[in-house]
Amino acid sequence: MRRAFATGNFAVAEGAMTAGLRFYAGYPITPSSEIFEYLAEELPKRGGVVVQMEDEIASINAVIGASWAGAKAMTATSGPGFSLMAEAIGLAVITETPVVIVNVMRAGPSTGAPTKTSQSDVFQARWASHGDYIVPVYAPWSVQEAYDLTIKAFNTAELLRTPVILLSDATIAHLWESLTIYDRGEVEVIERKIPKKVSDEPYPPHKPDEDLVPPMPIFGAGFKALVESLLHDEWGHYSPTNSVYHSLVKRLVDKVVKRLSYVYEQETRFCEDAEVLLVSYGSTARTVYLVIKELRKRGVRAGFLRLKTLWPLDEERIRSCCPNAKKVIVVENNIGKIYMDMSRIFRNQDVFPASVLSLELPTPSEVLEAVEPWL
Amino acid sequence: MALAMHVHPLDKHLRVKRLPTIFCSGCGIGIALSAMLRALDKRISEGSVNPNKVLWVSGIGCSGRAVLYLNYDVAHVLHGRAIPFAIGAVLANPELKAVVLGGDGDIAAIGGNHLIHAAKRNFDMVVVMITNFIYAMTGGQVAPTTPYGVYTTTTPAGNPEYPLNVIKLVGALNANYVARASVTTPHLIEQYFYKALAMRGFRFIEVVATCPEMFGRHIGLRDSVEMFSELKKRVVYRHRPSLEEAMIDWEKGIVIGEFVERNNPSFIELLRGVKK
Ligand SMILES: Cc1ncc(C[n+]2csc(CCOP(=O)(O)OP(=O)(O)O)c2C)c(N)n1
Repeated sequence: MRRAFATGNFAVAEGAMTAGLRFYAGYPITPSSEIFEYLAEELPKRGGVVVQMEDEIASINAVIGASWAGAKAMTATSGPGFSLMAEAIGLAVITETPVVIVNVMRAGPSTGAPTKTSQSDVFQARWASHGDYIVPVYAPWSVQEAYDLTIKAFNTAELLRTPVILLSDATIAHLWESLTIYDRGEVEVIERKIPKKVSDEPYPPHKPDEDLVPPMPIFGAGFKALVESLLHDEWGHYSPTNSVYHSLVKRLVDKVVKRLSYVYEQETRFCEDAEVLLVSYGSTARTVYLVIKELRKRGVRAGFLRLKTLWPLDEERIRSCCPNAKKVIVVENNIGKIYMDMSRIFRNQDVFPASVLSLELPTPSEVLEAVEPWL
Repeated sequence: MALAMHVHPLDKHLRVKRLPTIFCSGCGIGIALSAMLRALDKRISEGSVNPNKVLWVSGIGCSGRAVLYLNYDVAHVLHGRAIPFAIGAVLANPELKAVVLGGDGDIAAIGGNHLIHAAKRNFDMVVVMITNFIYAMTGGQVAPTTPYGVYTTTTPAGNPEYPLNVIKLVGALNANYVARASVTTPHLIEQYFYKALAMRGFRFIEVVATCPEMFGRHIGLRDSVEMFSELKKRVVYRHRPSLEEAMIDWEKGIVIGEFVERNNPSFIELLRGVKK
């Protein structure tokens, strides 16, 4: 264990290395580049490979290939690059490839404001790619959590053989805070299952175990892997039938849902007596927490729910976190997106959007201004 | 009388359970694939290639489907993205011998940027591009190698563009090997692939192929034998042809041969500090 004074981008890179990162491919983009640059210095010293590809499409596809060759693999980008990765996220889903994709959000649409912060990609993170699937999305609110959730992202990816998205933002990326970096053995690090032995007979390589996850027949070990982007049965054979479609898509979704208690994380404060619940996540939650303390000084019984996992949501835990709250106010730096989830989840309460559209971390007065009309 | 069961000498390289293939009669992909497998078979039996380290990667298209029948580590990934997928795999495990197989649309159109950069890096892989002059899988649209003037379903007034000279493009970069063969010369496919397997760096083989079903129907050569004979007539072998001769010209003939042969350090060697 050691202490450092570090930025969120640095913490992501350190977290990835603690989790066992061995391959990083990327294409430079603000505000994510320091992750790439720091890894380019550090990872080769620790036996890994870092490569700059010709674009983000190449980067994510290389990361998927590297994962099939047995390496824990990651790429980091921001909105424009993440948009280019959309198709390959689906490839990682259907081929059940553990990879971590870091999206350090900046303001869009399009090229937008490269150096400025935003939370506008929370839905894109979930649904960038076409087709039916669920990918876990984590959103850190501090430098330490950028580190911790990067490790969690790798663990989730390996456990469930799925792509996982770490949704940071320009504020967290460039924020300096103290950070505890753990050594191997001091934190839980999960490794993917691989088949126990090479089978002499042909075998169905996509047949899942009880946890709905098939062992991963990584390349170069004699498993004769069949990685297939087409709809496929347990043999990996293309089969456009409803029975294969249902069983594959349902399994890909169910394997994540089955482990919801592992995948989903949230933090609550002041919920015991709270009458108004403020929901937030990522960098904006930092300001919201300050505002809640201020409101409580003024006698408003405000509670705090901070989502660490933005997808999938544990609706039951969210609904029951603050039993006496009559109002729910969702504070986020976008046009009101997680608000839509909350209005669905809190069916019996009044749910209000408190959007602060800002290129900087929302200030306490901006948040207060957005929240007050609903109090 | 029951038919006697015969085992094909290449069966051990195939996922036999999966046969027959999806390829149309008269399709050249099978010829290309069996020539490559004969070369690989030789390399394996002489001990210079470990079959457990061979990785076949393809994108989407008829040509891409070929890898699915192979009894190796195989990956059928996104349209155009076989090269970067293979790059990641090889960088993560440099013992892997990656072979990328794809159509000219897959490799040179949607995947063109990856092709350029893999060749520029002299990346450790063999890329085999099957040029059938058309987008076959999607039903006969114009491809980067479609000759000028040819009717396709997306160029109903005739292709207004001249074909992309992929050999010249790759040859102009840092590729160690650039060759072209034809399904009408399977011995050359075998010979070039055999040679490429033992080389380092980026190795590119274009295989000119018949597609009577899609390209043939556009140019009045729907009959498999006729299409094959026509292509055979137009293919011209040259010893060490220059890159200038590589332009695909259906009328003047298509030059095949070994255009470039170099022995420069590969990407991974350079990464490890090997300069020679
Ligand atoms: C991103 C994307 N765009 C388009 C397609 C549809 N598509 C499938 S194969 C193909 C082209 C086939 O031509 P080629 O690569 O030359 O291979 P061939 O079928 O001729 O062997 C296209 C456009 C796709 N699968 N993915």
